[in-house]
Amino acid sequence: MFAFIVSRVLQAVPVVLVVGLIAYAMFAFVGDPVTIMLGTDYTEAQRVALVKQLGLDQPFFVQYAKFMWAALHGEFGISYRLARPVTDLLAERMPATLELALTASVFALLIGVPMGVYTGIYRTAFSSRVFMIFSLIGVSLPTFLIGILLILVFSVWLQVLPSFGRGDVVRFPHWSTGFLTTGGLKALILPAVTLGLFQMTLIMRLVRAEMLEVLRSDYIKFARARGLGTRAINFGHALRNTLVPVITIAGLQIGGIIAFSIVTETVFQWPGMGLLFVQSVQVADVPVMAAYLVMISVLFVLINLVVDLLYYAVDPRLRVVR
Amino acid sequence: MSAIARWLDSDVAYSFRRSPVALMAALVLAIILAGAVLAPWIAPHNPLDLASLNLMDSRIPPVWDAEGQRSFPLGTDDQGRDILSGIMYGVRISLVIGVASVIFAIVAGIAVGLLAGYAGGVLDAVLMRVADIQLTFPAILIALLVDGVVTAALPQEMHERLKTQVLIFSIGISFWPQFARTVRGSTLVERGREYVMAARVIGLSSGRIMLTHILPNVLGPVFVIGTLTLGLAILSEATLSFLGVGLPPSSPSVGTLIRIGNDFLFSGEWWMTIFPGLTLVLLVLSINLLGDWLRDALNPKLR
Amino acid sequence: MNVLDVENLTVEFPTRRGVLRALDHVSFSIAPGEVLGVVGESGAGKSLTGAAIIGLLEPPGRIGGGQVLLQGHRIDDLPYEKMRRIRGKQIGAIFQDPLTTLNPLYSVGRQLIETMQTHLPLSNADARLRAVRWLEDVGIPAAKQRIDAYPHEFSGGMRQRVVIALALCAEPRLVIADEPTTALDVSIQAQVIALLRRLTQERGLSVMLITHDMGVIAEAADRIAVMYAGRVVEIGGVAEVVRHPSHPYTVGLMGSIPVLDARVERLRQIEGAMPRLNAMPPGCPFNPRCPRTFDRCRDERPELMPARQTAAACWLYA
Repeated sequence: MFAFIVSRVLQAVPVVLVVGLIAYAMFAFVGDPVTIMLGTDYTEAQRVALVKQLGLDQPFFVQYAKFMWAALHGEFGISYRLARPVTDLLAERMPATLELALTASVFALLIGVPMGVYTGIYRTAFSSRVFMIFSLIGVSLPTFLIGILLILVFSVWLQVLPSFGRGDVVRFPHWSTGFLTTGGLKALILPAVTLGLFQMTLIMRLVRAEMLEVLRSDYIKFARARGLGTRAINFGHALRNTLVPVITIAGLQIGGIIAFSIVTETVFQWPGMGLLFVQSVQVADVPVMAAYLVMISVLFVLINLVVDLLYYAVDPRLRVVR
Repeated sequence: MSAIARWLDSDVAYSFRRSPVALMAALVLAIILAGAVLAPWIAPHNPLDLASLNLMDSRIPPVWDAEGQRSFPLGTDDQGRDILSGIMYGVRISLVIGVASVIFAIVAGIAVGLLAGYAGGVLDAVLMRVADIQLTFPAILIALLVDGVVTAALPQEMHERLKTQVLIFSIGISFWPQFARTVRGSTLVERGREYVMAARVIGLSSGRIMLTHILPNVLGPVFVIGTLTLGLAILSEATLSFLGVGLPPSSPSVGTLIRIGNDFLFSGEWWMTIFPGLTLVLLVLSINLLGDWLRDALNPKLR
Repeated sequence: MNVLDVENLTVEFPTRRGVLRALDHVSFSIAPGEVLGVVGESGAGKSLTGAAIIGLLEPPGRIGGGQVLLQGHRIDDLPYEKMRRIRGKQIGAIFQDPLTTLNPLYSVGRQLIETMQTHLPLSNADARLRAVRWLEDVGIPAAKQRIDAYPHEFSGGMRQRVVIALALCAEPRLVIADEPTTALDVSIQAQVIALLRRLTQERGLSVMLITHDMGVIAEAADRIAVMYAGRVVEIGGVAEVVRHPSHPYTVGLMGSIPVLDARVERLRQIEGAMPRLNAMPPGCPFNPRCPRTFDRCRDERPELMPARQTAAACWLYA
């Protein structure tokens, strides 16, 4: 078990290093941070001082090593656009993004998985066909359009839910939460549904496909031939076997939710990391882009690790003592 | 039998005629395509011709509204541009970028996949590891990032001019791994077959074997994935344009139109954003439905 | 009374170019304690017959005519839930590939216990006790410890023993074994057949043994039904069919076995191929390949009729 975790973590290290290299390459080759930060009116002394302060006078790989070392300590430099430490900016905005992503993930999984199982088992039923049509519309609806439609209906026409921001948040020293106030929760509904809806339909379709695959397998036929009950076959034998791929899918979808939080946060002006990232891309604020990228990759590695551990729990074939 | 008659009698054509969903999707897609292709001749106005715009015509609601005007069936935006014409021209841009980026992804994916599958060894391991790493990141994130980096790297005057190409490159890059993996998988299977052995024995060069013997056999799955990716690519373009890193308002794609309209949502002028949005959904939905149908028709086991 | 009577069973597949008949008026019966071997080339409809009897035809396949009687009671028209109670409890089934027929995520003990408790009123402790006995009975060493092992921890031959235990554990009267040894190593095949033979004899079970392996049939069967293109073309005692085949197709089949003994022999190929379902010739389906075809064979379809020591569907014996 322990060896299993260690090997997975070791496998992830190169990924983070490569992503770090790409992130750092952006620093080195993209734009000229000095001119961006100083604007048009500066002296030569100011320029030289800034070059030194940013460490741009050193060889590439030295800078890369320094960058990764600093990143390891949570230091990502200073935002060109806002002239504040990137770490502070991200730390301020992380709670907003994580709360949104968590709510959306729970929504997508809690509804998507059961619907996928249902439409897989009763695939010829009328209700399944209706669900499938809705799901196809769901995967064809871009996230931002879902957001716009929800805003139009619930904020503009019905005027029951807020359309931007987090509402009232309760602040703690290192965290701010919208979970504890009615205003915060109400503000969370539209963005979370927007973010989760696409993933929900995708999860539903993938779970359904997986379920159909398993229901065709020999061991399900054999279970039928032994006269096991329909419930035991569907939920005991088939569902458990779809869990392994479903966990993979869920892991990937959580990654997707993090990525699409960029879009959702833009639509709802949600003060999270995604909105910060878009604003940074628009003006090529490389330190923020790099930091966001590294953080995301670490987050994805963590998600993959959790996914692997869940496999381990579900599938006895991985527990072979070698 | 002529080729057409053979096609009409084939199982694929049969399943097409039998599928009302595929027929409907094809019809909707045909209408949207016709509108886009014929836009310069049939659109009521030319939204790109700034001289014809009149601010007196701005913010007119659709024709069925009491304040609607017959010459602007779906209303106008804040500049007085006709929404319907804007959509027809916008779909052209969205389609060009979508199709071009999928072709880019397919060409890149086939090249890498063939090379990795045929060469094997270290090259294969490295290329597939790169593909795997990229696949852990959602395509839209990759596209956003590549777009940001390329835009920042290009001098100001160039990226105004090359914006379309940059967008095609960014979106294309974000989709190559799926194709590369599929092609590599099929290549590995085909490489072991007798006919490839035979081609080698008679002394054909590797490049020739790959292009004339292996490539035709891997095109089927590539075509199916390509269709489904086209929907995603169009959505990517719309999303990037909506985020403001895609096309500028001077050459508005459907995504740009939605972004512009979004600013007027709260003043009640919903038509500016809803009609382009609806068109986008219909376009992508019909492509996805046809892609789904095609996958099932070519692979009856995957019901 | 026979354990199983199959009468004029017809199975159809509706396709876009018309309805294909995969089984065409198949009739046979199995007496208590009898082992009926069903042989034929792949595609002859052997497995389909088994699937139709236990009511597990894959859609769009469907029973288009005839009936199936289990101990005198008709079962082919039962609703799903009633038929489910018969499967396992009265008819056990053994499948071909032991690597894919066991659920990989559950221990073999759990799968045995679940099957028994579905059909028999057993407490958890009793069921577990019986599961261990079953594993011992099918020859799994150290059954007490192995009961909690997962399928992947067993070899192919051992897994097939587990599959046999699963098929028999709810005490059915009839077992349908569909190619039970085909996926196994040659060295293990004989052991598994011997095991199956011993278990069914001890309990007086009837067996429908589907195979294309004449060695297996010669070793284990009492009677043989030969299938060709969805029809039974010859049926009779094992010695009679093997030694004195009547139907020209059976003659061709038996051509590869010089002496009747326990030697394992594969079917010899006969010139030509079995007709496809959508290109069935009129008259006797074997007529294009038959060395002794005459006019009547091309026009009229022969039913099973007495032919020397067996029954054969062939106009030579009219």
